[in-house]
Amino acid sequence: MNIPYTSTARPDTGLYNAKLGIWLFLGSEVMLFGALFSSYVLLRVAAPAWPHGYELLNIPLATVNTIILISSSVTMVMSWASLMLKQFNKYKMYMGLTILCALAFLVIKYFEYSHEFIEGRFPSTSSYLGLYFTLTGLHGLHIVGGIIVNTYLWGPGSKMWQTDPQRFTNRVEVAGLYWHFVDLVWIFLFPVLYLL
Amino acid sequence: MNPDHAEDIKKSVRKYIVVFVALMALTVVTVAISTMHLNVKAAITIALVVATIKGSLVASYFMHLISEKKVIYATLILTAVFLILLMLLPVSTYLDRVVH
Repeated sequence: MNIPYTSTARPDTGLYNAKLGIWLFLGSEVMLFGALFSSYVLLRVAAPAWPHGYELLNIPLATVNTIILISSSVTMVMSWASLMLKQFNKYKMYMGLTILCALAFLVIKYFEYSHEFIEGRFPSTSSYLGLYFTLTGLHGLHIVGGIIVNTYLWGPGSKMWQTDPQRFTNRVEVAGLYWHFVDLVWIFLFPVLYLL
Repeated sequence: MNPDHAEDIKKSVRKYIVVFVALMALTVVTVAISTMHLNVKAAITIALVVATIKGSLVASYFMHLISEKKVIYATLILTAVFLILLMLLPVSTYLDRVVH
């Protein structure tokens, strides 16, 4: 059975199906992270005292991670643009860089978490740390998911470029939309958890 | 490939680079403001305004929302309505205090 509208646009929506699909999924993701941000507001306004993130956490490391994640968003969109320009080798380079940036983000996160644990700071220590670990942990899982999909598209999945280049380009665009969303969430997490 | 189409993509690539530079600059702004240790209200307001500008740049250019199909805008408007309701839920605790 053929899956319809994988490379051509569906007449009524004007989009290939996966694109509308990923946006509906991202809508549900907004609600998932939105619920946690809402919990943050509730717990923070109700707390008699709230620690400043910068007193507990490592701001330089988190700033480097922010730069890494924004850079990975650029390399991701460049990988898609390379496919649009039929430059497959450049696609491989940019997608490879995106994966490396994602791995670097996780390595830095590992050092941050390790430092917290050594200092005796756990999710059960306070509401603030509970939220910090929940939000950054969920975000980290999204990074892992992105690495898995992007590695597939960089490696075995890229064979599709030979057989159905339009469908492959669409797959990379959809993976990119997800990746930019993960970047977007971090753009809000960084000031909320670290700087305020 | 259509040469006009290729030219459009190359123009987009130039925009991505400009957006990248803007995002880096705004990240520096966010961190610099946080070192000034303003009062909580001012700090939260400025941080959220800068984060919203950065988020809008990512959504508009990297996610191509600046020129998308209507069905995606419709999906996002619905999402935004429910997100606002979700973020307003904590406010209901204040209403409790007023009523009781």
